[in-house]
Amino acid sequence: MTADLSTIWSWLDEVPDPEIPVISVVDLGIVRDVAWQGDTLEVAVTPTYSGCPATSVIAMDIETALHDQGITNVRIKTQIAPPWTTDWLSDKGRAKLTEYGIAPPSPAGGPDACPRCGGTHLTRISQFGSTPCKAHWRCDDCLEPFDYFKCI
Amino acid sequence: MTDQTALFEYLLRLGDNTLVLGHRVSEWCGHAPVLEEDIALANTALDLIGQTQMWLGLAGEVENAGRSADDLAMHRDVWDFRNLLLVEQPNGDFGQTLMRQCLFDAFHVELLTDLTNASDDRIAAIAAKALKEVTYHLDRSSETVIGLGDGTDESHRRMQAALDLLWPYVGEMFTPDAVDDAMRAAGIAPDLNDLRARFDTRIDAILTEATLAKPESAYAQSGGKTGFRHSEHLGHMLTQMQWLQRAYPGATW
Ligand SMILES: [Zn+2]
Repeated sequence: MTADLSTIWSWLDEVPDPEIPVISVVDLGIVRDVAWQGDTLEVAVTPTYSGCPATSVIAMDIETALHDQGITNVRIKTQIAPPWTTDWLSDKGRAKLTEYGIAPPSPAGGPDACPRCGGTHLTRISQFGSTPCKAHWRCDDCLEPFDYFKCI
Repeated sequence: MTDQTALFEYLLRLGDNTLVLGHRVSEWCGHAPVLEEDIALANTALDLIGQTQMWLGLAGEVENAGRSADDLAMHRDVWDFRNLLLVEQPNGDFGQTLMRQCLFDAFHVELLTDLTNASDDRIAAIAAKALKEVTYHLDRSSETVIGLGDGTDESHRRMQAALDLLWPYVGEMFTPDAVDDAMRAAGIAPDLNDLRARFDTRIDAILTEATLAKPESAYAQSGGKTGFRHSEHLGHMLTQMQWLQRAYPGATW
């Protein structure tokens, strides 16, 4: 079967990121291209961080999701150039991150506001966090710690 | 030396630096002084191991002998490693680990910046990817060196001792040999004198802010990137890093 590409993109938009399941792999900006090569669907995926262990899980999840939609021949191609940037996060993805309690990336190099109370008195606890893509911050207004999606 | 041989050697240098340092840094996992630093060290190690997969993967392709990144990482002996002596030095205390990181990061950022313009697109692509991560590493390691250098008497003393201990390993990064020259002629590797000048500018600024004194001696240990003579530490590290693949070759999970 050869589904049209916009349908395929909408299917991929249902595949959750394994570590931050409220956003999809499309929201994350890591699906770079989808194209039919004969009867094989080629999906170009770019890693977020080079060592991110989620990358191989993501490739597997994409393949499974497409198989479930009846596409038998899927080829996942890793594409590292141009390198992934948080500029590719969708607006929908940014909104969902905030709702989930993760401050979205900001070019200022730190979160704009606390994702819980909206407070702007913020302190960085660590440049790194629970996954390669996050840093650890604290809100000095509500005193809660929170994750910040690093801007790269 | 053919260009292909030089390219293979050069890629081993890039991949072995990130592999050996990545493994060293991962030795802190579960042992760092505070949880945040433990996580930061583990994430840094993860980035470096990810970069290793790309560099050694490309090395395997260039060699064209059927060796994967894993084969190169796990089935070579100590004399076949091409990493700088600096990155194989033991972790020491937390300050020594971060001083080693800072010295390497300052070099690594400048090197990768140049490699993004390499005549080989594959190398330029990996460098561009790695540079984003390594820029972040340098932010952290330089801030920590400054914080601890300009900290308490105890932390200052330890950072100065770490700098004095590691400084003789800095020169090797900038000492060109036949592989560097061949890669430079091929439009891949940068001019190491120029790189050294940019490294010095960065490191001088960091050390000044950290109130640390740069050692006077320009004596440079050598033998890591050529594989001529590694320090005794690398072999011990490999017995840990490689034991599973050596005991159970080809094991997967
Ligand atoms: Zn808050």
